[in-house]
Amino acid sequence: MAVLRLMGSGGIMLRRQGVQQLKLVTRLASSIEHKLDPKWFEIYTTDPINRSEPTFDKILIANRGEIACRVILTARRMGIKTVAIHSDVDSNAVHVRLADEKVCVGKAPTSQSYLNVDAILDAVRKTGSQAVHPGYGFLSENTKFAGILESEGITFIGPSASAIIKMGDKLESKRLAKAANVNGIPGYDGEIRDVDHCLEIANQIGYPVMVKASAGGGGKGMRIAWNDHECKDGFRLSKDEAKSSFGDDRMLVEKYVSNPRHIEIQVLGDKHGNAIYLNERECSIQRRNQKVIEESPSPFVDPQLRKAMGEQAVAMAKHVGYSSAGTVEFLVDDQKNFYFLEMNTRLQVEHPITECITGVDLVYQMIRSAKGYPLRLKQSDIPVRGWAIESRVYAEDPSKNFGLPSIGRLSRYIEPNHLEGVRCDSGIEEGSDISVYYDPMICKLVTYAPTRELAIQKQIQALDEYVIRGVTHNIPLLRDIFTEARFRKGDINTSYLPTVYPDGFQGVQLTNTVKKSLMAIGAVMRAKDKKRMRMIYGQAPTHRVIPKSFEFVVNLREENTPCTVVEKDGYYVITFADGEKVTVSDTFNLAEPVAKMKVNGKNDIAQLIWRKAGGKMRIRYMGTAFNVNVLEGSVADYMKFMPVLVKADTSKTVIAPMPGVVKSVSAQVGQMVPEGQEVCVIEAMKMQNSLTAASAGKVKAIHIKTGDTVEEDQVLVEFE
Amino acid sequence: MRSTEPPLTRARVVTRTTDVEEGSEVAETSVREVVMDQAMLVGAPVIGLNDSGGARIQEGVESLAGYADIFQRNVMASGVIPQISLIMGPCAGGAVYSPALTDFTFMVRDSSYLFITGPDVVKAVTNEDVTQEELGGAKTHTTLSGVAHGAFDNDVDALITLRTFMPFLPLSNRENAPVRPCDDPWSLSLSLSLLRTLSLIFLSDSVVTGHGLINGRVAYIFSQDFTVFGGSLSSIHAKKVCKVMDQAMLVGAPVIGLNDSGGARIQEGVESLAGYADIFQRNVMASGVIPQISLIMGPCAGGAVYSPALTDFTFMVRDSSYLFITGPDVVKAVTNEDVTQEELGGAKTHTTLSGVAHGAFDNDVDALITLRTFMPFLPLSNRENAPVRPCDDPWDREVDPELCHQGDLCCRRCLDINSSVKGARFVRFCDAFNIPIITFVDVPGFLPGTAQEYGGIIRHGAKLLFAYAEATVPKITVITRKAYGGAYDVMSSKHLRGDVNYAWPTAEVAVMGAKGAVSIIYHGKGDISEYEKEYVEKFGNPFPAAVRGFVDDIIEPRTTRKRICMDLTILAAKKLTNPWKKHANMPL
Repeated sequence: MAVLRLMGSGGIMLRRQGVQQLKLVTRLASSIEHKLDPKWFEIYTTDPINRSEPTFDKILIANRGEIACRVILTARRMGIKTVAIHSDVDSNAVHVRLADEKVCVGKAPTSQSYLNVDAILDAVRKTGSQAVHPGYGFLSENTKFAGILESEGITFIGPSASAIIKMGDKLESKRLAKAANVNGIPGYDGEIRDVDHCLEIANQIGYPVMVKASAGGGGKGMRIAWNDHECKDGFRLSKDEAKSSFGDDRMLVEKYVSNPRHIEIQVLGDKHGNAIYLNERECSIQRRNQKVIEESPSPFVDPQLRKAMGEQAVAMAKHVGYSSAGTVEFLVDDQKNFYFLEMNTRLQVEHPITECITGVDLVYQMIRSAKGYPLRLKQSDIPVRGWAIESRVYAEDPSKNFGLPSIGRLSRYIEPNHLEGVRCDSGIEEGSDISVYYDPMICKLVTYAPTRELAIQKQIQALDEYVIRGVTHNIPLLRDIFTEARFRKGDINTSYLPTVYPDGFQGVQLTNTVKKSLMAIGAVMRAKDKKRMRMIYGQAPTHRVIPKSFEFVVNLREENTPCTVVEKDGYYVITFADGEKVTVSDTFNLAEPVAKMKVNGKNDIAQLIWRKAGGKMRIRYMGTAFNVNVLEGSVADYMKFMPVLVKADTSKTVIAPMPGVVKSVSAQVGQMVPEGQEVCVIEAMKMQNSLTAASAGKVKAIHIKTGDTVEEDQVLVEFE
Repeated sequence: MRSTEPPLTRARVVTRTTDVEEGSEVAETSVREVVMDQAMLVGAPVIGLNDSGGARIQEGVESLAGYADIFQRNVMASGVIPQISLIMGPCAGGAVYSPALTDFTFMVRDSSYLFITGPDVVKAVTNEDVTQEELGGAKTHTTLSGVAHGAFDNDVDALITLRTFMPFLPLSNRENAPVRPCDDPWSLSLSLSLLRTLSLIFLSDSVVTGHGLINGRVAYIFSQDFTVFGGSLSSIHAKKVCKVMDQAMLVGAPVIGLNDSGGARIQEGVESLAGYADIFQRNVMASGVIPQISLIMGPCAGGAVYSPALTDFTFMVRDSSYLFITGPDVVKAVTNEDVTQEELGGAKTHTTLSGVAHGAFDNDVDALITLRTFMPFLPLSNRENAPVRPCDDPWDREVDPELCHQGDLCCRRCLDINSSVKGARFVRFCDAFNIPIITFVDVPGFLPGTAQEYGGIIRHGAKLLFAYAEATVPKITVITRKAYGGAYDVMSSKHLRGDVNYAWPTAEVAVMGAKGAVSIIYHGKGDISEYEKEYVEKFGNPFPAAVRGFVDDIIEPRTTRKRICMDLTILAAKKLTNPWKKHANMPL
């Protein structure tokens, strides 16, 4: 970093240095410093890093994105050199720039890079890394990989290969759970041979059933089936997914416990037979079995339940000789009965909330355990310190099935790191690409505070000040959940989303007050814009009168509302046709990514995403982005003479709901397709999505073929 | 009358300058000369409070010389600074000529007189009996002789009224007429007008013309009316358009045409064609003098399409505006092509295929409002500097490097025929209207291929080169990635009088890419991958150019915005002129 500081803010004067040096300098100069030293690191107060304890000299992180960054941060503090691996498109990614060394392990598709065992092993050997941290996903539960490392004397920072085999495999883990006297869910503890076998077992257990991949996790490769038809489809799709995601397509079937809570226990073990639990995480807010919001502690868990679950989880860990950080997942019904679901033998995505309330650096503990040190922590050392909530900010459109992946480049990106009690774990920055190749997670936004209520408040503020431009994201949904009554009460379970939003998420509901505030903010933004238009300098004087009052018609959600805007003493007073008045403080400008103002005296936040010359604006307010069109009264009158554009009829077409790759096309031109029948399958971000006909009809044209890359909203199939 | 002198006739502050009034003793002329000279120097009015009996006889010819010195200055100052004489006592002889040379002469009733010779001499010469008042009093000079322009009741009244009068005059001819606040509504009748304040509209025939204010600045507008003979162009129609264009040229304000015309009015025959040519001639004369903007708001065919093509910007309205020489029917008849109006000359065609239009809008209202937003970015005429507008976004904001690092953010496309022509026209517009040009370069060269060569890429590429070389406005260039070969030269290089040329560390300034270069230099030398590496090491960076001064500095990408803003501030004062010529011979 010394080189960087030399440069100052001016031009680069290091003319005599080589080009490579120069390129290095500019890469370092890329304001990565703030990522190296996040404020939130001060949370680690329980068993903090002991620099005098010998440890590895160099480790390789076999992952990308935020988790790679997370591991690097702790490793750096421990004095360990870090090696990042990357695919060709990731060569300048944050995790690569944070690491001391980098190795390219292949092309963009994960199967050729982050899952490329041979290339990664080469990288380990080439760089002389003594240990490998796998993060989560990718090779974190790949026993073959862990096995090879073990045989070459390289430490795998995680549990032993045997523990991964035992627990990573759902079939095996179920048997073990039984042996450890942990309650399991009724199901068939064996591999499902084929579709018919699947149907037979499903009918034996009784619907609903869960069809899932034995190697599965993270919501991939699993489907819920309520009848034979869905069971058949689910089996096929999950099997395909499992194959492409995990390279292991063994399937199993079990009873589906409806509306349970998903609560998991963080455990930590060492190679000396010790194990402790670090409280629970409530992960019930899910969509399609993928977690959206997690919190710790759970509002549902009392000390007795925590102890009971924790002790079972520890028993389980000890039973398999678990020697690292792991998670034992339970389903908890409303009677506080809990059933063992599975054990994740890796660092979980949502580990930060546990860290926030316990003060334990889990990555540090994993590295220590891997090095062979016994745990210094005892069960009694583990506190429940306040409340932590994590919301997963994804690049996805929450209005489509609670989140279908979207892609794009982050043209503007500002994390709310400046707020107290906010922790952002991310591996991206302004200018990064969210591509189809990798997970669409942008950031894990964690807030911690003394109480649940305060942690929720902090989430709301942080989400409001979070600036993400260039990709569609799920902040609207996250923001709305935090204000929703059931969530506020802590009354949540795994079917929370479909119950609270039966018609899907349609953006924040506009009450009269919210609507008026939003319209007032929009009107003020337009007024400021119009004033600016008249501020022209360096020109012959003209009739430069800057108006102080405006008459507008605000169009919001197809509804026209006239209002007047009058500027007065640092405020704008907006008067609507019904006589209601709203005041908005003149405390923001149109260039700021986050506009902070007082609306009727109360602090408020809005983001002006874009504004067009004609008065159209897109304003993010209370999480949701709205199109607000503000016209002068006289101009709005003319709008009724304008022809209305005819919207394309979508009932006769199948449109790609997200960008992706065509996996298969089952319809044929001329074929009669009944309503709801699958016409094609699109794969995006490792998820297979079956697209069906909206109504019965004859296929007129098919515009795609297997292997095509499709854009969002692209017409795939047309009906007559 | 000498008795009235002390309180009022000495130095008084009237406007910005002190003016000293001379007594009857013209020996003070030197003082008066100094005052007038200073007034000329700073450009401020001179007010004389005259109360002089004439020449100081004791001084003889010196006194006369003093008069002449003053007269000479009166004449020189005439039309440069306002000169006002307030006659406050009996002024005779030589003392009367100076007031006669000034712009305004005011008198005080019953106490001031102006005459060449007094009543005594008159009596002696012509035997007329006349009083001072009758011979040269205020009444005589304001009603009979026309020597004075106004009269006041007494000295104080005169001086106070003068104070009220002065703010109506400019300080000198270097200034515009003073603009003063007016509490009386300037126009009650026009405030009801459909158009904005200060607008006037003229209705008749198939075009509405007028002028108005857009964001407080003057613009001239004509709007063709399709409901009258299909907006067809008659001779009167043409005259009205010409009239606004002439006026716009006169005051230096933009002309906006809202085009909606089916073409020539066939009934008028050649007169209609003459009308077109009159407009075309004015379009050409106005080009580069005032901004000309065409908004196509309906189907425009035939002759109606050329005027927009001559203007600086052509915008269209989607799905309702068309531009074509001949419509689909004629096309069908002549070439047997089946084509719709939209396909032949719709907004999409002209903004993506033909390059005739520069932008498209959803509907008429959207188009008009957007135009209002667009106008403040243009100067009213080439006589003015580029408009300076407030910016809330801090000028020194650093832009995250990751955005800069992504090369493909900029279009890393070759220069082809279309892009050269588009670029050239844009550069020339900016240059004509004193708008600085900032060029970001990521160009691997001119596009190869027969289609381009046969199409004349050489001559079209030369247009861009020509435009950049000719431009005298501030030119700032940032090479972000590739600047290869001719494209390096063309894109506002140092050699084409680029004022400030930067390169990012990622810049590559070379004659061509490594592969091509090595295959030429080491032709037939077997494995050339090693050479390729060497070439990249040597030329795939900004240093060769920087060492030679072709690049002024290699800058951190995130500081680009800051650097450009600083440079623009300095370059605002740039003065550069090309040699006089009738016009350049651009390779059209």
